Amino acid sequence: MSAAHTLRPDLRLIADWISPHSRVLDLGCGDGQLLAALQQDKHIRGYGVDFDVANVVRCVAAGVNAVQGDLESGLADFGDHRFDHVVLSQTIQAMRHTEAILNEMLRVGREAIVTFPNFGYWQNRLQILKGHMPVSDTIPYQWYDTPNIHWCMLGDFEELCAKNGIRVVQRVVMDKGKRVSLLPNLRGSLAFYRVARG
Amino acid sequence: MTDTHCSVGIVAPQDAAFDVPLPLASGAALPGYQLRFETYGELNADKSNAILICHALSGHHHVAGRHHADEKTAGWWDNMIGPGKPIDTARFFVVGVNNLGGCHGSTGPSSVNPATGQPWGSAFPVVTVPDWVNAQARLADRLGIERWAAVIGGSLGGMQALHWSVAYPDRVAHALVIASAPKLSAQNIAFNDVARQAILTDPDFCGGDFYQQGTIPRRGLRLARMLGHITYLSDDGMGEKFGRMLRSGEYRFGYDVEFEIESYLRYQGDKFSDYFDANTYLLMTKALDYFDPAAAHGGDLAAALKPAQAQFLLASFTSDWRFSPERSRETVQALIAAGKRVSYAEIESAHGHDAFLMTDQPYVDLMRAYLDRVAKEVNA
Repeated sequence: MSAAHTLRPDLRLIADWISPHSRVLDLGCGDGQLLAALQQDKHIRGYGVDFDVANVVRCVAAGVNAVQGDLESGLADFGDHRFDHVVLSQTIQAMRHTEAILNEMLRVGREAIVTFPNFGYWQNRLQILKGHMPVSDTIPYQWYDTPNIHWCMLGDFEELCAKNGIRVVQRVVMDKGKRVSLLPNLRGSLAFYRVARG
Repeated sequence: MTDTHCSVGIVAPQDAAFDVPLPLASGAALPGYQLRFETYGELNADKSNAILICHALSGHHHVAGRHHADEKTAGWWDNMIGPGKPIDTARFFVVGVNNLGGCHGSTGPSSVNPATGQPWGSAFPVVTVPDWVNAQARLADRLGIERWAAVIGGSLGGMQALHWSVAYPDRVAHALVIASAPKLSAQNIAFNDVARQAILTDPDFCGGDFYQQGTIPRRGLRLARMLGHITYLSDDGMGEKFGRMLRSGEYRFGYDVEFEIESYLRYQGDKFSDYFDANTYLLMTKALDYFDPAAAHGGDLAAALKPAQAQFLLASFTSDWRFSPERSRETVQALIAAGKRVSYAEIESAHGHDAFLMTDQPYVDLMRAYLDRVAKEVNA
């Protein structure tokens, strides 16, 4: 049985975008379950990067190579064009240097996969209309203790890409583990982008 | 839980003699030599579960357990090695070895030079990390170990583990390089030279031939160790342990021991000068200074590491300023550039360089998780 089968739906979608035998860098890799599944199913080679030493330990236990590092200071551990895919899953909204990390990802990799909670999701909009900052499955924090500092909607992210000469290769929007095609910026709670240079 | 419960218990050192000359990096050769070593655990049927522990500057073969029931302290890495510990002797066959030039049973400056019948003293050739690794490879042959499940070392030991991976790529499955560096910095070499000068200028050193004179350059060794000790601890760690505590509670306005830190350092220095050999200290610090695998590749560390086939684990400690995390990261970056499989963790610790001998929880967890993986690979 494929290991991806047991992955969270959002990670499963990312796994679908990764080609077999490719080189993968997973930023903010957590416990390494995406890389572990990709190693088993697609025989990829790669590294995870995580700031938290406990996550590095979890990756090591899962048989995943992980390097402790702070994404805010860039990807200096990695040379140019080392990877086929560089993944940043549900982290960009919590980063200070949003633009820098996007450019770094496409320095070290051919293609970047970026996912983030879509602030334009109708439930978020509804909560704002009611006078509150959104709290939901994809944004499970109160405004005063959230790690998230840079909110965006689909159009905002695409504008940032365009400004940096980055092309959107593919976009998928999901809600509760299912793809959304009609009115994605309203009905989608999670956005998935494959982007590349030029 | 009693100490013996999770310890390898009472152990005895062994000696292996080699009569084929060993060519050295300096161009000299050792005509024949002996290595003292200890082993713990059982070598499995296909001899795939062996782990080599490389020692650091003042280390030796006695890494775990006790030589006799009333030995005061256990081997120097007893907290990491034993049944149920991260380097689990119920699963692995662990080998600790005293390096050439050492003073704990392997051939070194205090051994008898067969050509003269006198102690080698100043005539003992300078040995390097590659020389040690070559000597250890012969020991592995003797033990019937074709491939180490892991070669592990901290500090100078980490340099040996790194060198093993490139000198004998098919003989190392995993290299664990802890609190180490791909080469010493100028500051590090400077510290080493101050330590050497303390020894070399001690009148009792007699140019290295003090054995025949019946003297021991204790003062030099003591100073060397005191200096070393300061650099292995962190300012915070030292502050936490000693601060400005006074032995008598008041200033005495003299040069005797007043501050607790002075007492501690002098005690450590005295203890060291009782059991360590001055020539060995010189040799070991020189081996540290010379280590630079990138040098033969125009300074390109990634190119130097290219031949390695091992998987790597590197770890460093936040308060280690003698072998800082940045130095470990240089090796990590080179390994990544060379396309090697490597994991790296920077461990939060107040223990300075000595942290690799301590039990900071994330460090122990990391070692346990990694060695668990190694054990599974060899069905140990």
